[in-house]
Amino acid sequence: MDKRAFNIRHLPGATALAITCFVILYIPMVILIVNSLNAGKSISVWEGISLRWYGTALQNEGFLNAATTSLILASTAALVATVTATMAALATTRTKSFRGEGTINLVLNQPLMVPEIVLAIALLIILAQVKQITGYNGLGWLIIAHSAFCIPFAYMPIRARLQGMDLTLETAAADLYASRFYTFRKVTLPLLAPAVLAGFMLAFVVSLDDVVMSEFLKSPGQDTLPTYLLGQLKRNLTSEIYAISSLLLLISVLIVAGSWALTRKKT
Amino acid sequence: MDIAETRALRADARRRWTLAMPAVTIITLFSILPLLVVVVYSFLTPGDYGNVKWIWSTEGWFQVLFQRDIFDDTVTLSDAHLTILGRSVTLSLITTLITLFLGVPTAWFIATRPARQRAFWLFLITIPFWTNLLVRTIAVQEMIRSEGLINRLLLWLGAIDAPIQMMYTNFAILVGMAYVFLPLMVLPVYAAIERFDFRLAEAGYDLYASRLYCLRKVVLPQVKAGIIAGSILVFVPSLGAYVTPRIMGGGKSMMLGNLIEMQFGQGRNWPLGAALSLALTALVLVALVWYTRLTTGERRHG
Repeated sequence: MDKRAFNIRHLPGATALAITCFVILYIPMVILIVNSLNAGKSISVWEGISLRWYGTALQNEGFLNAATTSLILASTAALVATVTATMAALATTRTKSFRGEGTINLVLNQPLMVPEIVLAIALLIILAQVKQITGYNGLGWLIIAHSAFCIPFAYMPIRARLQGMDLTLETAAADLYASRFYTFRKVTLPLLAPAVLAGFMLAFVVSLDDVVMSEFLKSPGQDTLPTYLLGQLKRNLTSEIYAISSLLLLISVLIVAGSWALTRKKT
Repeated sequence: MDIAETRALRADARRRWTLAMPAVTIITLFSILPLLVVVVYSFLTPGDYGNVKWIWSTEGWFQVLFQRDIFDDTVTLSDAHLTILGRSVTLSLITTLITLFLGVPTAWFIATRPARQRAFWLFLITIPFWTNLLVRTIAVQEMIRSEGLINRLLLWLGAIDAPIQMMYTNFAILVGMAYVFLPLMVLPVYAAIERFDFRLAEAGYDLYASRLYCLRKVVLPQVKAGIIAGSILVFVPSLGAYVTPRIMGGGKSMMLGNLIEMQFGQGRNWPLGAALSLALTALVLVALVWYTRLTTGERRHG
């Protein structure tokens, strides 16, 4: 092979812009963490490193309640979304097209096509009245609303995996007189597991991230971490806000690192 | 096809519908039905204290773009709404351009790294991608607020005498949205470039094509789909953005999402809010349809 001066992979300026992009992405997040470690009372004066504000946050009942709510909400909604999305994905793949298949796909992707603020307002109109009629103000409404917009996120990876899956093993199981359910449990599900897990994590993070839907639909006193943070922002910026934000940032880093470790192991 | 076969097919279709039913029901009840209620509400009369009166009216839709003088009933274009609509579209377009400018070279950079390094750079993009949008907005707010890093740096350098007021302006919204949506541009463009077979570009070079010509005629057609996907992924959430403009724009600089919320709060004109919501949805759908047209057209050629 002769070496030539030509190398289209190297574009003048691309590297510089890429590095700029990474710097732009990371500086604000680093500054946020640095600010959260400020020992001083004022956010504008640096008084040395301390974990003081993390301590304050962890003793703050409002924050702890919001964290618990967020955790329950995100895990339940992700669970509902993943189970129903898996069932739906099993229904719409590995078959000759059937009547209504297109409709199912369209319905399951609908939440992605409408701006979140519109969905939130739309649900608010209905739920305000339903809450009054039923008298139920619990977390259930948020859970099911979150499940609805999380379904497409769980549906995508699971469906993609099913579409690429080989039918041979299942046919073999059926030939050996395995029942349909037994085949599903022992053959299909283990093969599908990584995608189901990916779908669950995607749904979990999407729910955990949500601000708009929760802010509009929560009942009084029912805060999730993001809505709690949003409420705190209405007052002054404090180091405690930075500490809570940094904690959320840390959770994301852990989730990303975890999912990378999971996918790494397999390849 | 004999009867038994038809029957088996029907049973299969029924079984599949049953399996899909829970997901379909949840979305129908909690996403589609509410939207239909919004359609109905947009044709009703505003109530005295919020909510609606069940009297047919197209006033809500009328007020999206026009206003009526309270004294002499003359109809003029609604400046406030047009400003916000214009701002939403313009800021979303500029956000898309900024993320294109920074995101495409970054995707190119990552895709042309050796395979092992690639994972590391991708990891760096995925972290902000997965981080809470509100947290990232707070982070970028910290940069540009009056006592923030940029102002302090400029003061320290002596470039300015007093902090520049950057928060609560269109500029602030722009900075916020570009920052928050940047990873959404990088990932699809990266996926497209990564699939590109660089031997094609070398072949082009062997045929005496210049670098620029190669990029335009060989690389671009192959990665175009990724660039369009990235642009849609940035443009659509920008248009409907609520949280970032609320924090970065304050009450001063509003976008469509904030205007809609206001109609259900202080403004208390639910039918107008409903009509505005549907107008926003329509804008988003136009972008999505345009995208599907573009990509399926692409496939037909290839």
